[in-house]
Amino acid sequence: MAKEKDLSTRVVPSLGGVSTEKSIWDMGWDELVQGAACFSFEKEIDHTVVNTQPENRQYAETNSMNKYVGDWRIIKPVWNVDLCIDCQNCWLYCPDTSIISRDKEMVGIDYDHCKGCGICVQVCPTNPKSLLMFSETVKNEEALTQWPSKDKSLPDNNEKGE
Amino acid sequence: MYKNKRTMELKKVEVWDGNLANSHALRQASVDVVAAYPITPSTGTVEGYANHHANGYVDGEFVMVESEHAAMSGCIGASAAGARAATATSSQGLALMIETLYQASGMRMPIVLCMINRALAAPLNVNGDHSDMYLANQSGWISMDACTPEESYDLVLCAFRIAEHKSVRLPVIVNQDGFLTSHKAQNVRPLSDEQAYNFVGDYQEVNSLLNFDKPVTHGVQTESDWHFEHKAKQHNAMMGSVKIIEEVFEEYAKLSGRKYNLIESYLVEDADVVLVCLGTTYQTAQMAADKLRAEGKKVGVVLPRVFRPTQLDTFAKLLKNAKAVVCMDRSAPGGQTGLIYNDVAAALFNTSARPLLSNVIYGLGGRDINIENLKGIFNHALEEVANGKLDGSIQRFVGVRGPELKYYNVEA
Repeated sequence: MAKEKDLSTRVVPSLGGVSTEKSIWDMGWDELVQGAACFSFEKEIDHTVVNTQPENRQYAETNSMNKYVGDWRIIKPVWNVDLCIDCQNCWLYCPDTSIISRDKEMVGIDYDHCKGCGICVQVCPTNPKSLLMFSETVKNEEALTQWPSKDKSLPDNNEKGE
Repeated sequence: MYKNKRTMELKKVEVWDGNLANSHALRQASVDVVAAYPITPSTGTVEGYANHHANGYVDGEFVMVESEHAAMSGCIGASAAGARAATATSSQGLALMIETLYQASGMRMPIVLCMINRALAAPLNVNGDHSDMYLANQSGWISMDACTPEESYDLVLCAFRIAEHKSVRLPVIVNQDGFLTSHKAQNVRPLSDEQAYNFVGDYQEVNSLLNFDKPVTHGVQTESDWHFEHKAKQHNAMMGSVKIIEEVFEEYAKLSGRKYNLIESYLVEDADVVLVCLGTTYQTAQMAADKLRAEGKKVGVVLPRVFRPTQLDTFAKLLKNAKAVVCMDRSAPGGQTGLIYNDVAAALFNTSARPLLSNVIYGLGGRDINIENLKGIFNHALEEVANGKLDGSIQRFVGVRGPELKYYNVEA
């Protein structure tokens, strides 16, 4: 699962991009953009950027993709790849685009931006769920050993669709 | 963005009240979005504008929102998107809007707010004093003061130029007295739609949300990392706006023949007693000064046309020869001296001028102040000059029923 590790540990943009601009951390009041406006990209974009995956986009330093807000979270969703049917519900409903999916296949969770709201767990249709909330203090590997078994009183939604 | 397609033929002299004058200035500036909520006495500005809109004279959007908080929020959204935006309010409306005022100035949105000054409750009162103007004191808005409908018309047109100037990009409030100016029809010599629009000019977008070639986020969170720097930058722009305001006033004078100054003054050069006041009191005080001058008494009057940013150096220059300066504050002082007093004291403290400096609280909630009242205030200060000291206290209430109210004793 090298693919998972690459993307879910930290999806930080400016990957490979070397900024020619001065870092916002080195700017005085006279150099900052007025009104604290933050540009997503350093330069004007050509609109084909929508066809580029986030990890390959040349985001500006001030893009929120570069801001770590994982410490806002006290509980986290843990993904169980063995149960996941790639239905994309979690990807669709996540309010922080923190579910990473490529070619309609779940890849992992962006823990840098996930706030731990739990919506992904709520919308997960499998039995048992493929996403469950755990305390931040529990390691993912450990969480996977604590997974509940199938609830026989509930319907089975474990069919992978198209 | 674009000029209204339909123009209105105006007479050389129109008879407009302050609200109608505002509505025409907004119409001529071809504002893209006016988001507003009615409140007495500013309703007429919005109503007049809605009327122009309904009659096809306004091509921009008029948005009737659910509160003043929403009105300013709508203006901020429109402005961030890249539109010219304006609104109007008074008193409680301004109070409800206050949070968004700080958002607008912090986000550097060049919005124009037509403020019709009215007392803040409680007790409830629709009449005029300057407590709403004072409430916006540190909101980061440039604040200018008009005494007549014509002045308000002029200043609203100037406000767009000042606010939208690339080195300013700050919102501007244009104040006028509730009812005394807003509802009193007077002669206004308007510019033609063509002249007015050409003066205001096309809106220049800066970092607009609708520029899809350069996506941008407005209203960001900075925490302690950048907040101080942005506030410093904002204050610096505010202080730098003084030069731009002067340039815009200069240009407007060439167009209209009407010259505005950072601080207006009347007969101050040789005056022993100078009265500093805001709004229509400036006009009444000039009439009182004329009467006293006829009696050989040297008195003058000063109006901070630009209330914020505060004009310390201009105050200092104008007041350097005065023997007494009476600072007139038409707002409940809330346990301190009034803002005019604070401004003038700050202006003079580091100069060699040491006039007797007093603070008169007057006209709260629209309590009338007439020529005789003002003559009395001048004469009181002239007596203080003759005695070489203040009459016991720095602050006194004038025109209130009941026992005399005086505070900040200077005898001790």
